[in-house]
Amino acid sequence: MVGALWIASVCGKERQRERQRFDKALTLRNMSIWVELLRSSIGKKYIMAITGFLLFIFVIGHLLGNLQVFLGPEAINGYAEKLRSMPLLLWGARIGLLVVAALHIWMAASLTIENRRARPEPYQLKTPIQATYSARTIRISGVIILAFVIYHLLHFTFLVIEPDYATWTDSAGRPHVYKMMVAGFSNVWISGFYLLAMLLLCLHLSHGLMSMFQSVGLRNPVWARFLEQLARTIAALIFLGYASIPVAVLSNLIE
Amino acid sequence: MDLKLKVWRQKNPESPGGLVDYDATGVNPDMSFLEMLDVVNEGLIEKGEDPIAFDHDCREGICGSCSLTINGIPHGPQKAIATCQLHMRHFENGQTVVIEPFRARPFPVMKDLIVDRGRFDQIIEAGGYISARTGSAPEANSIPIPKQTTDRAMDAAECIGCGACVAACPNASAMLFVGAKVTHLNSMPQGRPERDRRVLKMVASMEEAGFGNCTNTFECVAACPKEIKGEVMAQMYRDYVKALFRQAIRPE
Repeated sequence: MVGALWIASVCGKERQRERQRFDKALTLRNMSIWVELLRSSIGKKYIMAITGFLLFIFVIGHLLGNLQVFLGPEAINGYAEKLRSMPLLLWGARIGLLVVAALHIWMAASLTIENRRARPEPYQLKTPIQATYSARTIRISGVIILAFVIYHLLHFTFLVIEPDYATWTDSAGRPHVYKMMVAGFSNVWISGFYLLAMLLLCLHLSHGLMSMFQSVGLRNPVWARFLEQLARTIAALIFLGYASIPVAVLSNLIE
Repeated sequence: MDLKLKVWRQKNPESPGGLVDYDATGVNPDMSFLEMLDVVNEGLIEKGEDPIAFDHDCREGICGSCSLTINGIPHGPQKAIATCQLHMRHFENGQTVVIEPFRARPFPVMKDLIVDRGRFDQIIEAGGYISARTGSAPEANSIPIPKQTTDRAMDAAECIGCGACVAACPNASAMLFVGAKVTHLNSMPQGRPERDRRVLKMVASMEEAGFGNCTNTFECVAACPKEIKGEVMAQMYRDYVKALFRQAIRPE
C-alpha cells in the first residue's frame, strides 16, 4: 500500500503525459494500409519476411545459374549471353531486386534502432535460454553479407575491381564468364572472403527461413520442429552449392 | 547453504544503480527464492540498512507480481515457474547469484528490483476486454464452442502478465504478452465482434509504450512461467494484417 502510494507520487506527472499519448493510441488511427505496413512493428515483420523470401528465391536462382560452370564454358557463357539478350527482363529483375533489398535493409535498420531504444539500460548479466546462434547473430551476418554483395557486384557485375574482365570474350565473342570465375576464385583471398560470406548467408538463412513463416503467421506447433530442420537443411545445401565453385577452382577441378 | 548475492540496488527511477554484494548465509534449501531474500532483508534491517525492495504478492505463481532476473534469466533457471516458485535447492552451496530487475524502457525501475509494469495495464485497457454485456453466468452450453477453440483460448488466458517475456527478449518486445491476450479474446465467439479493433488498438498501445520488435528468437516462450506458446504471436500477426486489410476496405 505504502509502496503503491509512493510509486504514484513519484510518477504522477509522467503518468499524465503517458495518459495523453495512450489516449491517442486508443482512437483507431486513420490508417492507410501502406503507411501502417511500413510503420507498425507487425507490418515491418511482414515486409521483412516477404522481401526475405524474394531474396531467397534470387539466391536459389543465382546458385542454379552459377552451377552451370561445372558444365563448361559453353554452358555458362551461353547462359550469361541469354540473360543479356533480354534487357527488359534483366533490368526489371535487377531493379526489382534493388527495391526488395533496400526494403529489407531499411526495415532491418529501423527495427534495430527501435529495439536498441527499447532497452537503454543493459543487463549486467544476460543468459540466452535457448535462442540459436543464428538467431542472435542475424543482424551482424546480414551486414557482412551486404558488404560482400557490394564487393561482389563491383567485382563481377560492374567490373570495377578487375576492369580487364570487360575485354575477355570467348571464341563466339561472348563475355567469357567462365574465365572470369576461374580467374577470380584462383585468388585465395577472394575465395576465402566468398566462402566466409556464404557461411554467413547459411547462418542468416537458417534463422531467416524459419523466421519468415512465423512472421506471416504460418508457423504452428505441429510443424515448428520440421520447419526449423527444413530451414537448416536448405541453408546448408545453399552453402554447399555456392562453396563448391571456389573449392573446385582452388583444387583445379575447373580450369 | 551459503550464497554470494550480487543484487541491483537503485534508490529511485532517476538515480543510477549498481550491483552490490551480499552474503546469504544459512539458507535452507527448501526456501523459495523470495524467502531467501526475506532472510537477507531481515539481516539488513537488523544492521540498520535499507532492505532490498522487490515485488511479490501471492507467492504461488498466479499473480504475476514477482519479477526478478536471476543469473541473466527472468524467473531464474527453472522452466515454467515464477520466481516465487523457484526453490533454493536448485542452487549450489557457495554459488554466486546475480539478481537484477526486468529491464525494458517501458518498465522503469522504481527502486532496486521493482519495476513499473503499468504499460501492460494500458495495453489491456486498449482492447483486452469484451464490451458485450455478458450478464450473470450464462447457461454453460448456450453458445456452443468447439473444444479445440476453448483449449486454445484457455492456454493463452494462462498468461499472468508478469513481463518475463519482455525481460527475456533481446529486443524487449511484448509480442508474447499481447499475442496471448489477442489470441485468448479473439478465439472466443464473445470476443470476435471486436477482434479487429482489439488487435489494432492493443498493438498500437504496445508500440506507443516503446516495446521493441520481435526477431523470432523465442526467448519469451522459454522464459514464460505459464508456457504460453509462440503460436499466439503467429495468430496476432495474422489477425493484425487481416484487420488492417478489412479496415482499408471497410473502415469502422
